[in-house]
Amino acid sequence: MAESELVGHVGYFLGLILALGLAWLGLSGHYSTLVLSLGTGSVLLSALLAFRLGILDRESSPYGRLLPLVAYWGWLLIEIFKANWVVIKACLRSDLDIDPTLVKIKTECQSDLAKTVFANSITLTPGTISVAVEGNKILVHALYEGYAQPDAFLEMDRRSRLATDGRTRT
Amino acid sequence: MSEILEFLLQVKPMLGGALCLLGAVLAVIGTVGVLRFPDFYTRLHAASITDTAAATLLIVGMLLLSPDVFTAVKLLTVWVFIFLTSPAAGHALANAAHTAGVEPLIGSRARNRDEGDQI
Repeated sequence: MAESELVGHVGYFLGLILALGLAWLGLSGHYSTLVLSLGTGSVLLSALLAFRLGILDRESSPYGRLLPLVAYWGWLLIEIFKANWVVIKACLRSDLDIDPTLVKIKTECQSDLAKTVFANSITLTPGTISVAVEGNKILVHALYEGYAQPDAFLEMDRRSRLATDGRTRT
Repeated sequence: MSEILEFLLQVKPMLGGALCLLGAVLAVIGTVGVLRFPDFYTRLHAASITDTAAATLLIVGMLLLSPDVFTAVKLLTVWVFIFLTSPAAGHALANAAHTAGVEPLIGSRARNRDEGDQI
């Protein structure tokens, strides 16, 4: 194992312990010695099991990209609320004026994590659902054809790529 | 300064209650959409209002009503998990329907379909 790889593994291991510890402290609220030691034990056991399973890698613990991902989430929330408004109006209008369509959206995302973030962002936004992923194309079902032009997804594609992979060009 | 703080503390429960009420109304609107929309895929769109906007407003309202930090942390955790899992569930449903060969109604066919004979 190369030295940089080993350093990376130790980093993921410590990051996982930190994240699990914070989650445990935030959810518990009991700080007697017994409960604290049980918590420490379970955090260490979970981290060791994750190491044994070989799932300690960049995709399972993307702590290094936490800030960009949180920033992306903030942008996505605004988009979600804008899209919600459209679907709410469609639900309440007396005559149904929906115009459902299936479109194929090409994505520039390379890594599986970036594709997952992009496809899940599409599903999370009301009015569009990712139906199937084939290579670098995503089949999207949309409530209105006008909101599902390929241009509408360019910004989301670019931002999810930037947040997960850290670069706009591939 | 202390008057502003006092005012905020008085307004907080009312604001929390109002946000919860708004979230509940959005959940009802989502249900209305599920009942009115013509086919499987369009109904998923209506259900996603309940998943996103209604859940967010309800949880923010409950955050304002929460008595201590630990309740707030738990509510935030619930919110994060809803946002991580609901698109996975939505995609799984849509993908299962697509794989099973459920044809979506496209364009004006969805509109002109009589609301009486739903699938």
